[in-house]
Parts: sequence; structure tokens; C-alpha cells
Amino acid sequence: MKASLIERLTEGAIVAFLWLLRVAVVLVVVVGSALTIMSGRYSLEVYVGLVVSGLTLGSIYALIALGYTMVYGILRMINFAHGEIFMAGAFAGYFVVTASDKLGFLNQGAVSAMITIVVAILVAVAVATPVALLVEKIAYRPLRNAPRLVPLISAIGASFVLQYTFRGLFGPGIYSYPTVDFLDRTLPISGIIVRYVDVIVVISAFVMMTGLYLFVMRTKLGTAIRAVSEDKDTAALMGIDVNRAIVTTFGLGAAMAGAAGVLYALLFRQVFFMTGFVPGIKAFTAAVLGGIGNIPGAMLGGLFLGQVESIGPTLFLDGFNVPSPNQLKDVIAFTMLVLVLVFRPSGILGERIARSRA
Amino acid sequence: MPLLTATAVTKKFGGLTAVNNLDFEIEQGSIASLIGPNGAGKTTFFNCIAGFYQIEAGQIVFDGQPIQRLRRDQIAHLGISRTYQNIRLFANMTAMENILVGQHYHLRSSWIGAVLGTKGVREDEGRAHREARRLLRFVGLQNKGDLLASNLPYGDQRRLEVARALANKPRLLLLDEPTAGMNPAESQQMTEFIRHLRDELGTTILLIEHEMRVVMGISEKITVLHYGQKIAEGTPIQIQTDPLVIEAYLGRGSAGTAGHEATAIPAVEATQGGASAGPTPASA
Amino acid sequence: MTVTSAGMPATGAAPSANGAAPAMPVSFQRRVIRTGLLGAVIALYLCMVGIVPIFNARPLVQGVISLGQAALILSLFATGFVATRRVAESSGRLIADGAIAGGLSGVALSALVLLGSVVDVRAFLPNASPVLYGILTFNLGTIGFWIPMAAGAVLGGLAGAIGLASPRMRRSLFVGLISLFALGLFAGLIRTPMLQLPVAELARLLFASDGLTLIGAVVVLVASVGLHHVQRTRRLDLQFAALPPSRRRRIQVPLIALAAVMILVLPQGLGSFFAQVIAIVALYVMMGLGLNITLGLAGLLDLGFVAFFAVGAYTVGLLTSTAEFGIAQWPFWAAVPVAVIVAMVFGAFLGLPILSIRGDYLAIATMGFGEIIRILAGSDLLKPILGGPRGIINIPKPIEVPPDSFLAGPNQIYYIALIGAALIAFVAWRLRGSRLGRAWIAIREDEDVAEAIGINLIQTKILAYMLGAAFAGLGGAVFAALVGSIFASSIQLMVSINVASLIIVGGMGSIPGVIVGAIFLIGLPELFREFSEYRFLFYGIALIAMMQLRPEGLLPSKIVRREFQHGGGDEPPESSASPLAL
Ligand SMILES: Nc1ncnc2c1ncn2[C@@H]1O[C@H](COP(=O)(O)OP(=O)(O)OP(=O)(O)O)[C@@H](O)[C@H]1O
Ligand SMILES: [Mg+2]
Repeated sequence: MKASLIERLTEGAIVAFLWLLRVAVVLVVVVGSALTIMSGRYSLEVYVGLVVSGLTLGSIYALIALGYTMVYGILRMINFAHGEIFMAGAFAGYFVVTASDKLGFLNQGAVSAMITIVVAILVAVAVATPVALLVEKIAYRPLRNAPRLVPLISAIGASFVLQYTFRGLFGPGIYSYPTVDFLDRTLPISGIIVRYVDVIVVISAFVMMTGLYLFVMRTKLGTAIRAVSEDKDTAALMGIDVNRAIVTTFGLGAAMAGAAGVLYALLFRQVFFMTGFVPGIKAFTAAVLGGIGNIPGAMLGGLFLGQVESIGPTLFLDGFNVPSPNQLKDVIAFTMLVLVLVFRPSGILGERIARSRA
Repeated sequence: MPLLTATAVTKKFGGLTAVNNLDFEIEQGSIASLIGPNGAGKTTFFNCIAGFYQIEAGQIVFDGQPIQRLRRDQIAHLGISRTYQNIRLFANMTAMENILVGQHYHLRSSWIGAVLGTKGVREDEGRAHREARRLLRFVGLQNKGDLLASNLPYGDQRRLEVARALANKPRLLLLDEPTAGMNPAESQQMTEFIRHLRDELGTTILLIEHEMRVVMGISEKITVLHYGQKIAEGTPIQIQTDPLVIEAYLGRGSAGTAGHEATAIPAVEATQGGASAGPTPASA
Repeated sequence: MTVTSAGMPATGAAPSANGAAPAMPVSFQRRVIRTGLLGAVIALYLCMVGIVPIFNARPLVQGVISLGQAALILSLFATGFVATRRVAESSGRLIADGAIAGGLSGVALSALVLLGSVVDVRAFLPNASPVLYGILTFNLGTIGFWIPMAAGAVLGGLAGAIGLASPRMRRSLFVGLISLFALGLFAGLIRTPMLQLPVAELARLLFASDGLTLIGAVVVLVASVGLHHVQRTRRLDLQFAALPPSRRRRIQVPLIALAAVMILVLPQGLGSFFAQVIAIVALYVMMGLGLNITLGLAGLLDLGFVAFFAVGAYTVGLLTSTAEFGIAQWPFWAAVPVAVIVAMVFGAFLGLPILSIRGDYLAIATMGFGEIIRILAGSDLLKPILGGPRGIINIPKPIEVPPDSFLAGPNQIYYIALIGAALIAFVAWRLRGSRLGRAWIAIREDEDVAEAIGINLIQTKILAYMLGAAFAGLGGAVFAALVGSIFASSIQLMVSINVASLIIVGGMGSIPGVIVGAIFLIGLPELFREFSEYRFLFYGIALIAMMQLRPEGLLPSKIVRREFQHGGGDEPPESSASPLAL
């Protein structure tokens, strides 16, 4: 082998660099956690609180991630505009909750609040789904057989169009969700602080995810979706309506995202035209984390990301006396995205996508 | 001494063993063929040699050096070049550029030199272009250097792929179904061309081929794969009369009817003796 | 994988262009209605998204028609045109159909006016305002609700009637309207320099401070239709192509020289606003050419380009600033090479881990990098070094000149960016024809085969990242000097998206494409401040439309039919078929 010395040196350097990266990440995590815990700055309650908020956030990520994972599974395409579908849901929910507030219905007790929330979610689903189907029809369907970069760019375009359409329609301002007194109350458990909003978000997310899972695994259309994800051509040969499966996938993903939009807005109490961007990327991270194309993986990935993001800054960084570690929570999330793509591109539970290469 | 020795090579895809415990050797300067029914594992074996797949077990030694752990580019640097069953040219590059990029390893110019346009780089490029034009002529594409690879007719694309492989100055050339999709005249030309390659350049050639006329005409040794296993090996004459081979090709029950073998495995063509003097595709 | 793939199927753009058979009456009637409804949706969209009211502030022809009105008129007209296209029918029928479709769109607008008079939804939909209703009714108030309806019917009918005109006349008309539109848009840009020349009077006659004058509009319309007619009948382009090369060159060379001089004197006399705009365009051309190496040649979709931009800008800021965070107070020119090298190092280190990531995953991973760098730049963690959100200020201009010099203000940035762009274009061109450039393209085309041919993927890709990063760093350095400061908020994902979009819209791998893309995507939105809110809406539409109609970009790189300039004299003649030269 006549590899030159320089070549061998660079190769060695690359391997060393990648190892250094792993070691550095592990070190930051381990040493940081140890320092934070030993400093005794935070009580157990604080950690439990972080876990709870991580669970809440994570279940929202999981809901959004389902749309990414299913669309990627069936079309091998990152639906960049998925975050905007989520934003559309949040907007739709805003109008329902505000209307309920204006009518004086919202804060009449737990039941009225719950009814409002259910209606808001239904309306959000009813808005988000057609938007997603329209995007699919205009921006993606004509490009189904194009090289993979082409639909990706079209998706970026669709994402812009949706963002700035909402900005044009509703203005650049931030809309604040009305206060729902019921949601801010805490569960009567001593020692830890769990608000009703957390409970509602987590439960609704799990109900919807279970529903989706059963739909995909048990129904005929769900089977068709899985078949098309496995092999489009063969599925078509076996008489499956490929187009219908794809459209259903988009619709299901959008319904989950629309609902997630309402939950997210209930949690953070605001919505504006860029609301979908960061949660969108995070949810994609969650999908990759769990193994893209893999439905339980997306759920797991979302929950995991929620935890890391919630606990991470405090646990890993606070020990190093990093000033305002919460500013860096997105850095942690994106670092994790890159690390997963580099070291375990098939995710935690593994990809469900047959890779065909020469 | 054999140029390439594979020992007990096994490659699995999930539950499917595509290449099963295969021993294989090819002598320096010889032409050998790999045949077998569809899905026998021939292309998979090529992919194992060229570093496209990591093998699960066994060893592949090229010129005294184990190569099964090397990257594709390192294997290419050692002198193994290949073509693909479904042509894989760089579609948006011209025929000329396809060959130029094939010489990549043998050019030495650095990117800084290229930006500055140093004398060394200009000479290097000059040599590369001359070489590329010779190769184009060699495969009979002398007037088509400026055409996009994707715009060439099918047969020309196959020949361009061979030329690109030759640009790496290989010692072992792996050809995956070089005459696939060609008419009898074209495939006759390709046969001559392959023989000519070996005779003039001394390149060792291993080819996968379904066209028995071609296989029997030029191979010095034939290896037959069936479900990933070697079921026979020998000269064309030996292979044509091997009952296992006939069974593999014609299915169970036909083994006895040797008279039928001609339909599946035609007898050796009366080869023109002086192949080296024969017309190359270029001059044809 | 690549967008420029020649083999790309021409994926269906508009619903089956010629396929719409000389339709049966039933479906045909339905189509008119459907087109009308679609037109209604589009017209409502234009109104509610705010394009009509906001662009109403900008006149196209002074005192006659505003840009916002023009958009609406265009949409109604287009509705009628689409509804009656490709149908062989009697003339009366065509006009009627156009009127129905256009009128239907108008009805939606009328309904909007009526609705608006009953309920006020401005709390949610800020554009559903009296201003909009005023535009729709020529300020007649609710009584004028019929106006959009009538206008729609008239315009639609007119569009149907156009279908009767000969194709040639139709084309002339379109050319006239397009010229009117373009010159109306650019009136200010054309007028400002003309005012300083002996043609000031003419400028005042034709152009208002915004938009054309009425006389100007008539002149433009007549002149463009006339020119088009001459071109059609005399076929100047064919005449030109038929000229012998020497004669052709005699025409070409002065034209190119003229263009070069134009580019050089462009910022002079434009006023500082326009100078700033073209400086920014030149800056983006520079970065576009840089990303063109990574994306256009090597096919690596890097959406984290802004990271290297940030590295370049902050390096220059740190090294040159005379304020709080400056560490060296170097001159700009000394800091630039350092910035470029630091960016390159970052390129290598960020490139290393993502080497094995392909395609769309790569886009997301690089985007993650961009975000990481952006957040870090503004974080409290790095605040003691980079100044956090307050950033680094007092970055000196590269060349200190008196304020009335031709190099004052943004002008010098324009020239610097121009030189930078020329430099990068030269480097890119040299690399494209080199061993490395071919290896990049091979990787773009088929990574596996490229490796099997003997190309070391690691080295080759890292070099692509490094060179792309170097040019982004250069862009950041120039940007820091242009603005005179660098803040965390300048490091936006949008910078990456801008650069990637302009390459894609312009044509991947093509230098003129980058320039055209930068003018369209950066220059236009900067020029129209009203536009700027809608910049990304237009981007989005442009990207989607582009991917369907022309995925290879506006000006794709031609397959360079290079005369093989390197080989030269000493080759054997083509006929001596000596096959063995190995
Ligand atoms: N990447 C892969 N993943 C999974 N299975 C594969 C893969 N490549 C090949 N196979 C399987 O391995 C077996 C051998 O395939 P191979 O392509 O080597 O056959 P072959 O002998 O070249 O056939 P042909 O004459 O049709 O080219 C086949 O059953 C094929 O389906
Ligand atoms: Mg094969």
C-alpha cells in the first residue's frame, strides 16, 4: 500500500478527533453532572420538577416527530414544512381558546376548560390537516420521482410560504393565549409540583399516539401505509393505492402536529408565525434519535429529547458554573442531533428503512 | 502465483447467504469468468473484492496483501478497477471528464497548484488529457469526448465505463456483464476487445457474463456459482460437460439429457487464433 | 445526487399543458367555474396577506396605478386568461367565459367588502382594513362594493378577447406590459444616476421619484412593443448569429467592455441607499460563489454556512475593533487573511464529524451547527469574549477616505466585494477544471463509484468544506466592515438559507447563475422596503416553482465544451489509431 505519510497522518488525526469528540461529550456529561450534584445547589424537588417539564415537552416533541418519521418513512423526504403545520394548529387553537375566553366560558371551571381544550384540539386538527394536504399536493406530489434534494428544497420553500402567509394574515406580533386558571393549578401531591397542564398535555399526547399506533398496526389503511413505506413499487403491484397511503400519512402526521400545536401553546401561552420553526427542528431531531421511519422510535426519541433539554443545562452545565445555562439548551439538543447522525445514524431503535445500495 | 486469492469468503444479507464459503483464485495475466444463474451471488462477490461490502468471514488477498478491511479507494490504489452491471457513469460529466476523473490517483497536482496554475499542474493536466484521449480512441469513442456520458448510446456507455476503469491502470479488471444488452455483433466486438486488453496490456481480467458465447470464447478458467456456492470450476470444455452445472442451469431432471446442453451452454466458438492481431472495437 | 441532473423527469408543472383536450362542453364549463374560484382564492390571498394594501403605497405609474392595484388586476386578468386558454371556441363564448371566471373572482372581493362593512376583524386580520376596502372600491365605501365584481368581469372578458388576437400580437402586448412593470419597479434606480447626467430632463419626464410618469408609461409601452416587433420581423439575433466571428467579436467586445464599465461605475451617483443595496448584492454574490463550491460542485448541501460567516465576521471584529472587545486593533487587511484561515480551520473541524452523513441528513446536521454557533455567539458563556447580544462595535472601514471620495461609505465595500467575488470566481473556475474539481463532481454524481475509482472521500470532502468555509469567512469579514459592527443577531439561519436559495434559483454550479440569483433574491427585496416583509414569501414561492419548472436553476452551468486547452501540440494525429499508450 503506497499511502503517503501525510495521508496516513490525516487519517489518524481524523480517528483521533472523532474519539476526542466522544470522550469530550462523555466527560462534559459525567463530570458536569457530578459537579452539579455534589454542589448540592438543587434539591430533589427541582430535579423532579425538571423531569416533569421534560416529560411534558417531550411528549409534544414526540407528537410532532411522528409526522416527520412517517413522511420520511414513506417518501424518504424531510417534510421541512411540518413545523409550520404545527404552528397552524397553534394558531387555530388560539382562536378557539380566545373565543371561549371572550364568551366567558373558559374559566368557569375544570369542565368548561376541558371542553374548550378538546374543541381547540379538534379545530386545530381540522385546520392543520387540509393545510398539510395542500402543501403535499402543490409542493411535493409533482416531485415524487425527482432526485432527493429537489423535494427537500421545495419543502424549505413551502415552509417559508406558510410562515410568511401567517405573518401576512395575522401580522408579525405575538398572540398571547388567555390564561386558563384550571391549567395552572397543581396536583394535590405534596413534595413535587405538577400542574394540570402537564398532566393534560402528557395524557392527550399518549392517547393520540396510542390511537395512531393502533391505526397504523391494525387497520387496512395502516397496513397499506406500512407496505408502501417498505417498497412503493411492490405495494403498487399488489394493488395498494400508493397515493392514498401517502396522503393519509400526511394527514395523520398533520393531525398530530396540529394537536401538538395546541398543547404547546397551552404550555407556553403564546403563538406567532415562527412558533413552528424551533420545535420543528427539535422534533426532527427526536425522529432521527429514535430511528427515522420508526413510529415507537419517534415517541421514545421525543421523550428522550425532552428530558435532555429540560435537565441537561442544569445537570451538565451548571456544575461548570456556566452562566445562564438555559440559554444553551438548544445547543445541547443540536449537539445531540449531530452526535446521533455521526455515531448512530440509525437511531436508538433502529431505522425501519431498507437501504438499497449497489 | 495467483494475483488474487479469496479464501472461505462469506457474505450474508440478513438471513440470506449471498456468497457462501467461497474459495477463488485468479492467475496473473489470465482471463477468468464467473457464471451462474440470476441471484447466484456473482455481483455480490465483486462487491466484496472491491470493498463495497464488508465480508463476514474469510480473506481476500491481492498481490500478497489482505484487502478485505481496506476502503474502496485504497483497493483502487492497489490496482483493482471495476465496472458495474447497471452502468454507473458520472452522468453529468462528459465522456472525457469521466476518464480524467478515473485517472485521479495517478495525477499529483494539489489544489493550490491548480489555483495558481503552476507549470507542474499544467504538465500534469496535459498528460492526463493526452492519456484520456488515447483511452477514448482505444475504446472507439474518439469523436465523442465532449458528449455528456448520459447522452451516449448504450454500447458506448459500456465501453466508456471500461475506459474509465482502465484509466486507473488496473492490474485486475473486474467486468460485470460487459456485454449485457448488446447485440451479437457488438458483443463479439466486446469479446475481441477484452482479449486484446489482456494480450496487449497484460491486465488480469475477471468477468461476470451470462452470454455463453462470450464466456466460452475467451475464458481460460470458469467458476460456476449457485446459491452463493462454487459448484464447479475448470476450463470451458470441463464446465460444459459438468452435470452439476447443467443441472443448475436447466433445473433438476435435465441433468441426464446432455444433448440439450447446447441450448444453455453453446459449444466453444471457433475462435480466431491471432486475437491480438484482430480488430479492436476502436478500429472496427 | 444533484439538482442539475439532466435525466430529471420534467415533472408535471401546470396541470397538463397541452393535455386539456378540446374539451367536452360540460367539463369545460366546470373548468371555467373552477378557474374562477381558484382566482377568487388567489385574489383574496393577495388582499388578506397584505400584498395589495402594502404595495398600494408604491406607484407603478404615478397617479394612475399602484403596484398593489397592479397585482390585483394581474390576478383577475390571469384568471380570465387561464379560464379561456386552449379552448377553440367562438369569440363571443371566449369573452363570456373570461368574464364569468374573472367576475367570479371579483365577487369574492365584493363579498369581502360587504363583510368588512359589517364586522371588524382587524384584531386578527390586520389587513382587512378600510385601506384595503378603499383600494377595492376606489374609495367609494360600501356603495362601491360592485366595483371588484365589475372589474373582474371586464378584465376577465378582456383576457378572453386577447385569446382572439394573433399569437404574435399577444406576445408583443405581453412584452410591453412586462417592460412597463419592470421599468416601473426600477424607476428610482434608473432615475437617480440619470439625474446627474446631461439627460436629467429626460429622466424627469419619464420617471417619477417612484414609478413611471404617465408619459413615461406610454413611451415604454410603445417603445417596447415597437422593439419587439422589429426583433420579430428582422430577427436581429439570427442576423447576429449569422455574422462571421470577427464581425461578431467587433460587436461583442464593446458590449462586454461597456458592461464592465457599468459594473465599475455602478455605485457612483446612486446615493448611499442604492450603493448599500448593491454592496449587499455583491457580498452575497461572493458568498454564493463560495457555497457554490461546496454545494454546486461537491453536492454537499450545507445549511450551516452562516457558522463560517460568523467566524469570519467575529475574527475581523476581534482583531480590528477599537472598542471594548477588540484585542489587537489591526487594520482590516491584516485581519482578513486570519479570518479566512480561522474559518477554514472551523470548516475542517465541523466537516470532519459529518463526513459520512449524506444528502438531506447533511442539510439538517449543518443547520444544527449553524444554530449552535448562533446561540453560542449570543450566549452569556461567550459574552466576555464576543460581547453577547451587544456584539462588537467600532470596526473600522477597510480604507479610510474623506466622505466625498468615490470610495466613501458602502461604495468601498462594493468594490471590495466585487474584487472578492472575482477572486472566488477565478478560484472556482480553476478548481472546476482541475483534478480536485473533477473529484468533487464525481462525488456529487455518485459517491460510491467515486470512491471505487480511487478518490479519497475524506480528504476531498474536507477540502470542499474548507474552501466553502474560507469564502463564507471572507464574506463575514467584509460584512463586518460594511456594517461596522457584528452582533449575535446578524448570525441568522436566514443567511445560510439566502445563500443556498440564491444558488438554487440561479443555477447550481454556474457563476452567472449566482449573480442572477443574488440580484433576484437579495437585490430585489432590499430595493423595495415594502417588499422586505414579503421577501421570504417570494423566496418560498420561487423555490417551489423553481423545483417544478426548472430545477436546474435560471442559468444552469452549461456543459463546458472546453477546447482541451491543456493537451496542446504534441499529441499524435487522431487517425493513427495506436490503441496502446498505457
Ligand atoms: N444489498 C443487498 N441487500 C440484500 N440482499 C442483496 C443485496 N445485494 C444482493 N442481494 C441478494 O443477494 C443475492 C445475490 O445477488 P447478486 O446480485 O450477487 O446476484 P448475481 O449473481 O449478480 O445475479 P444477476 O445475474 O441477476 O446479476 C440475491 O438474492 C440478491 O437479492
Ligand atoms: Mg449481478
